[in-house]
Amino acid sequence: MISEQISEKPKSKYSITRLLRENSKAQGLFLISPTNIYLFILVVLPLILVTILSFLSRGTYGQVEFKFNLSNYTRLFDPLYAKILGYSLLVGFGTTVICILIGYPLAYFIARAPARQRSLLLFLILLPFWTNFIIRIYAWMIILRSGGLLDSLLQWLHFTQAPLNLLYSPTAVMIGMVYEFLPFMILPLYTSLEKIENSLLEAAADLGAPPWKAFLRVTLPLSVPGMVAGTILTFIPAMGMFVVPDILGGAKTILIGNVIRNQFLTARDWPFGAAASMVLMLMTMVLTLYYTRKAGFGEELLV
Amino acid sequence: MSEKKPSLWLRIYSILVYGFIYAPILILIIFSFNTQKLNVHWEGFTFHWYGVLFNDAQIILATRNTLLIALVSTLVATIIGTMAALAMYRYRFPLYNASETVMYIPIVIPEVVMGISLLVFFVMINFNLGLSTITLSHIAFSIPFVALVVRARLHGYDKSIDEAAMDLGANEITTFRRVTLPTIMPGVLAGAMLALTLSLDDYVITYFTAGPGSTTLPLRVFSMVKTAVTPEINALSTIWVLIIFILLLIGQIVQRKKA
Repeated sequence: MISEQISEKPKSKYSITRLLRENSKAQGLFLISPTNIYLFILVVLPLILVTILSFLSRGTYGQVEFKFNLSNYTRLFDPLYAKILGYSLLVGFGTTVICILIGYPLAYFIARAPARQRSLLLFLILLPFWTNFIIRIYAWMIILRSGGLLDSLLQWLHFTQAPLNLLYSPTAVMIGMVYEFLPFMILPLYTSLEKIENSLLEAAADLGAPPWKAFLRVTLPLSVPGMVAGTILTFIPAMGMFVVPDILGGAKTILIGNVIRNQFLTARDWPFGAAASMVLMLMTMVLTLYYTRKAGFGEELLV
Repeated sequence: MSEKKPSLWLRIYSILVYGFIYAPILILIIFSFNTQKLNVHWEGFTFHWYGVLFNDAQIILATRNTLLIALVSTLVATIIGTMAALAMYRYRFPLYNASETVMYIPIVIPEVVMGISLLVFFVMINFNLGLSTITLSHIAFSIPFVALVVRARLHGYDKSIDEAAMDLGANEITTFRRVTLPTIMPGVLAGAMLALTLSLDDYVITYFTAGPGSTTLPLRVFSMVKTAVTPEINALSTIWVLIIFILLLIGQIVQRKKA
């Protein structure tokens, strides 16, 4: 109807083409609408449904019953699930901290490299991560397997006598997690470090600060925005991860992500899985907000 | 930060970290030529697993599905995301901040939560799970990434060249086609590349939105890893790695030529 009107009377006061031509607000709305509509239907609405679902209950045959209650949330405080939640937090924090410890010196190294080499060095960090995620985790399975490559190497070097049995252990899960998230820490850290003006370090040296003190008082504080961005990019996905524990942890390491997956696909207790998802989402949101408020939010997240 | 010769220790350390990053990929490739089925030790050289791979009907189907989903979702997400980037960069409109916040949701919520929420949504509206639900979901998580990448590249875009085109008599469509789009094209391509990689790589969201007969490569690899680990997976991984490296190389060469 409307489009017919446009083609018939292009000069009409109410035509859409005219509105789009002259009104910049309308132009903006026209351009953003597909995104808004799409994301409302496939992101916002599904999350609202999950929120409602988390207050309903499971029927005898795994169907959803419309009985409003809080029991799914209270069940998460059972020692079994509380322990899994605590463990997931620990793994999330552990992954983040180890990524900072391993990634910081490397980011520093790249930021200090000759300008021409920097983009190549960064590219080399990213290159393996363009391959598939499952494939990368599978590669660690080959390395860590009992009697596998790592065991052979360590025994050949006479560091160990017997196989370490690393595969299907919490250590294997941590190695996989750190491997997976390291570039997400290095990139924002590099962006922060690269911006630091050399004159600041020269000033610190002129004022008599030894290099270690200049690092602690100048470089480190100025790289905090990168650390915050890296932490968000590492911590949130690490908290919800279920693939790495599945492949490298065997049945021994269960994180909250595994609980959610199982409730939806094997146990078929959707309301409980929904409640666990809500708690996971709230935990990551609260911690992220707290952290960004405290440490400031860098643009590094967008680069 | 300026150039200053890094200490020997820092250089040794960096080489070790690069080793940590590359070792798994190299080992994967080497073991794809291993005669031993269990893949624990090196036994001898063979192309056997590549033959097995090329005759694996499930792998061929999964490859077709993966490419189809990736191409469609990249195309749609790039168009919608680029529109959003232009809107956010150039215009002020009602609900600007709300629109921006919604765009960040897929980026900041844990993937598993997005996966189950899409599953719940499709089941509730009785939409059959399959290739279409996977594609719709991939578009949903790609739009924000495309929009953010394109918007970042728009930074510094000179609006006056658009105005100049219009002053010279070009209408909006011509201006967009002949002036705006060519200028922002590198950003749009970068966004499309990101969307393509995200789609090819995605396991979690695909896992929750897939139905019978819509297996993708990541799903197939995962089930192979869980059931029967043979060097066939290594062969598949090697080919995957090679294709990605070639694509990246082409991308780099094209960029160099333009610069």
